This record gives sequence, C-alpha cells and structure tokens, in this order.
Amino acid sequence: MSDFFSTLLDELPQVRAGLWVTLQATVLGSLLALALSFALGLMAGSRLLLVRGLSRTVVEFFRGTSLYIQLFWLYYAMPPLTGYELTPLLCGVLAFGLNYGAYGSEVVRGAVNSVPRGQYEAALALNLAPARRLRKVILPQAWVQMIPSFTNLLIQLLKCTPLLWLISAADLMTVVQQVRDRTGETLTAYLTLLAAYFVLAYALTLLMNLLERNAKRRLGLETGPGSLFRTRGAAAAGGVR
Amino acid sequence: MTTGVGPLVRFDRVVKRYGDHVVLDELDFTVRRGEHVTLIGPSGSGKTTILRLLMTLEKVSDGVIWVDGSPLSHVRAANGSLKPAGEKQLRESRKKIGMVFQQFNLFPNMKVLQNITEAPVSVLGMDRDEAESRARELLDLVGLAGKTDAHPSQLSGGQQQRVAIARALAMRPEILLLDEVTSALDPELVAGVLDLLSDIARSTDITMLCVTHEMNFARDVSEKVLMFDAGRVVESGTPEKIFSDPEHERTREFLAAVL
Repeated sequence: MSDFFSTLLDELPQVRAGLWVTLQATVLGSLLALALSFALGLMAGSRLLLVRGLSRTVVEFFRGTSLYIQLFWLYYAMPPLTGYELTPLLCGVLAFGLNYGAYGSEVVRGAVNSVPRGQYEAALALNLAPARRLRKVILPQAWVQMIPSFTNLLIQLLKCTPLLWLISAADLMTVVQQVRDRTGETLTAYLTLLAAYFVLAYALTLLMNLLERNAKRRLGLETGPGSLFRTRGAAAAGGVR
Repeated sequence: MTTGVGPLVRFDRVVKRYGDHVVLDELDFTVRRGEHVTLIGPSGSGKTTILRLLMTLEKVSDGVIWVDGSPLSHVRAANGSLKPAGEKQLRESRKKIGMVFQQFNLFPNMKVLQNITEAPVSVLGMDRDEAESRARELLDLVGLAGKTDAHPSQLSGGQQQRVAIARALAMRPEILLLDEVTSALDPELVAGVLDLLSDIARSTDITMLCVTHEMNFARDVSEKVLMFDAGRVVESGTPEKIFSDPEHERTREFLAAVL
C-alpha cells in the first residue's frame, strides 16, 4: 500500500494535472449543459411547432444515444469525416455538455411549467413584455425548482468523466490507473479513486446547496442551518418541495 | 379614437366557448366611464370570464369588446373588417386596464416595493426613484407603509391583497378589474380589503368591474349590478332595484341563496 502512495506522491504533478483535467471537463461540460438546458428547455415551450420540434429532436437524439458512443464518435469518427481533430478534453466537454444538456432541458421545461399560471397572468396583467415576464417573474421562481435536479445531473456528469480514460485524456482516472499498473496495487488504487470522486461530488453538492439556499432566500423562504449539508435523494430531485 | 363619448366598455355580441361548452352567449353590455359595476350570479355563469377577456388573458370566440371606442383584442384589416390582434396591439390595449386576482399573485421573488415598481419602471419607463416614491404613497394608501422590504410570503392574505391592489393602481389604469378579491381571505380580513376598495371607488375616477360574492359590497360601492346566469345577463339595474325588487325569478333564487 505504501508503495502505491509513495508512487502517487512521486507522480504528484501528473496527479494534479489529471485532477485539473477532470475538473475542467466537469465545469466546462456542465456550463455547456446549463446553456443547452435553458436554450432547449425554453424552446420546448415555444408557440411555434418548428421551434418545439427542433428542441424535441435534439433532446431525443442526445438522450437516446449512448454517451460512450457520442464520445467515441467525436474522438474517432469525426476527424476522418470532417478533417477536424478535437482534443480529448474538448470531445469530453462537448459530449458531456450535449448529453446532460438534453436531460437538463427537461428539468428547465418542467420547472418553468411548475410556476403557477397566476404568476404568468399577473405579469401579463401588468403589461410586462414577454421577455421580461420570463426573465423577471417566471425564471427566478423556476430556478429554485431546478437546482435539486441540476445537482443530480452535475454529480452524474462528474462521475462520467472517467470515460475520458477511453479517449486517452489524462484525467484523474487515467493517472491513478497508471500508478496502479506500475505498482500492481489494484485495491488501494480503486479505493483511492472512490474516495476522490466522492470528495469531489460532495464538494459539488455543498456548492449547489449553497446556491439553493441563496435562491430560496430570495423568495423569502425559510432555510434551516442543516440545509447546507443535506445530500439530496431522488425524491427531492423530483421537484417535491 | 373617440374619447369620453359613449361607453368606456362595450361588449358586442361576445361569445366565449371552450370546445362545445358555451361560457358567454352573445353577451351585450356597456359600462360608462367612472362607473362601478358588480357582476353577480352563480358559479360558472361566466362572470370571471368577462374580466379575463377584458384583461386579454383569454381570447373571444366571437364578437368584439370595445374599450374607449377601440376594439380591445382586434385590429382593423385593410378592408375594414376586424381580425384578432397580435401581442403588440394587445400590449397597447392592456395599458388602460389593471386587474386584481383572487389569489393575489404577488411575485414571490420580489420584495413588496419591487412588486409595485417593476411594471411602472419596465413598462411605463418611469424613473426608478419616482416609481419608488409613488409605490410608497400607494403602500401608505393601502395601510402597509411599513412593509416595503417584506417578502410577500411574510404577509397575511389580506396584506398581500392590499399590495396587489397597490401594484395594480401603480399602473394608473382607467379600468380596474376585481376578480373575487376577498374569496381567498380569512373572514376577519375581508372587511379591511373591502373598505379599502370602497375608499378607492370614492376617491378616484377609476372605472371598476367587480366579480364578488360580497353582496354588501355590491350594494355599497356599485352603481350598477349585473346578474348573470348561463353566460347571459339575466337582469341589470341599480343595487337598490336588484336587491330589493328583482324582476327575474332566477335573480330572486340566487339572492335568496346568498343573502
């Protein structure tokens, strides 16, 4: 075991670089996913059939095709087809962003629909312009509903980043694998990975809880001191308040 | 077009259908400028639908609503016929009209003051300081001067409805629509809100259309009562006439049930 950790320490720069790749893939991937969630989710509520249909098609495509295959497609099939070669990290960011953006768009659509109809009507009665109704009245209320589900998706996205190993991006998974190969300490290597991803996931949960607390405060809702450390289950993610 | 002449609101053979269900059946009625009209009648008689049509929350199935001589939710086509208006014309029509809802519908993401200033600033283009000082005056009027920084969720139902009234008044509407504004309130909070509305009716020249089950309010505040049943006006007249000497059997039945 000490062999493993001493090798890991020797390789510290690589480990740090691997962690950095994992974080970059997670953060950039989820930012892309967030942007797509809003774009596709709001398009799904459009009055125009064409816009709704476009959103539906994109969502169904990226939700319905495997993330592995999307990743392989971007990394192995795109270059011969288009002549463009993307870096492994960029492939990861694109695949994670598109895939989780498709899931996230359903979260946005559901949350927007869950804002009581009376809110929309009151905004209309005050003659607010359509974009203003959305930005000042509907989205701030829908946002609170989105956060628990977004937390789940964010953590799932983080846990997908070891797939980067498959397209030889030097992420955290890849680096620790290499140390395992060199030392033969399989058990310790995978225990270390489990712990590492758990710590990362929990840190993201805390961050999202902070965001949720802030969003709830702005609606004047009470938030207990325990709300920060709560890890959310599937029930909470389902939008139950 | 024609301002000040003729009725302020005129329903001209207005029909509202949901599928096969006819809610309003070739409805005709007029409201004069400054008049306070109460709409009474059993549930499902179409009273609330009238307010929702006027607020352009719903579209007429047939007929035309005229406000101040202009069609509310139609525009004139080149050949002189009327066609349904787009969002741009609807926003023009809505300028004259404000509405207070049964469920208050305050924006929970804004504090009390911003609930009132949001529309004057973003729709009327009012300067923020001016909007805020006017909002404070309105909060003073509705008896909530100390609540500017409260969240709507921290207020009682009656207080929320007062804020909603202030919010509607901040847009300086010519016509105020009141849709069962006390129905969701605890009984002890009803009188305060009704008193406030009576004050507003007395001290302003705003035209009011109220759907209410508060017959005393109808009697004290309105000059005209319209009794509805099955999407039609069964009877209309002064409150004295309707409440003490109704002509129609249906009106008598209804009043006997609610009074």
